[in-house]
Amino acid sequence: MKMELIQPFINAADAVLAQGLKSPMSIGNVSMEEEAYRRKGVAALVWITGDIEGRIIFDLDPETSVRVASQFAGTELPESDDLVRETVCELANQVIGNAVTTLNDEGFHFRVHPPVLHTSEHGSKSSEDTEALVICFETASGNVFMNIALRYNRRRQSERTAAAGTS
Amino acid sequence: MEQFAPVRRSKDGQPVRYLVVDDSVFARKNLAQMIETFGGQLAGEAGDGMTALTEYERTNPDIVLMDITMPQMEGIEAAEKIVRQHPEARIVMVSSVGYQENIVAALQRGARHFVQKPVKPEVLYEVIKYVLGEDGTVAQAAGAGA
Repeated sequence: MKMELIQPFINAADAVLAQGLKSPMSIGNVSMEEEAYRRKGVAALVWITGDIEGRIIFDLDPETSVRVASQFAGTELPESDDLVRETVCELANQVIGNAVTTLNDEGFHFRVHPPVLHTSEHGSKSSEDTEALVICFETASGNVFMNIALRYNRRRQSERTAAAGTS
Repeated sequence: MEQFAPVRRSKDGQPVRYLVVDDSVFARKNLAQMIETFGGQLAGEAGDGMTALTEYERTNPDIVLMDITMPQMEGIEAAEKIVRQHPEARIVMVSSVGYQENIVAALQRGARHFVQKPVKPEVLYEVIKYVLGEDGTVAQAAGAGA
């Protein structure tokens, strides 16, 4: 997975988290996920289709999700509140929407699907074709994990290359 | 949350009535809070474009705040259908996906403006005043000196 694909997601997460949490954040551990995805707590999954395809998961342990959602909502929320899960989904939606906006302005075209709660404990293992990168954002409310598995759509890529060659 | 000078309807001085359309309950609550700080009134809510059409007919709002990426019917299609029936409808698209093609498509189909998420209240407030034009009046904030 190329950095040109990842950087817009990091920038968008930085902007959205910093604004919503009203405090700075830093990037912690960045790793390639070799084993199957294992959910940490409250996780929102967004699929992307188009020139680049794949999925992005935002994952927060239960305590962090409550603190983050409470900060975004401006009021203390209980762990059982549906609004906690809703907030994690909206957080994913905003980060991915902003990143996709940047990538689109660079010439990539996508469709972003509405976020869904990722409820199963495990996900599929990453492959050579679709590597998963896990980025940990360290915030005052706890760690927010972004798990990105994207790949270039080969058919679209060859069309783009052909178009570039003829222009 | 910051308070703003209330924006009223020019014709009767009543609060501006809003329909908020977003599949995220969190986003709807967040926008409803902002509307309150603008001195507005929440006329209705919808979680998808299909429901937005019926809610528009039921509530006849002054302004619609419409997300784009939603299940069943997306916001741009819903905006187009509302404007076809009600050319006077004032629809502001509110979405995290803010690339130029999306904005142009929304404006071509009848939306009046576009605000990117995460929404900054001061930005939305200015957009609301712009979209209302002469149909909106900024009232003096309560407690403000003459």
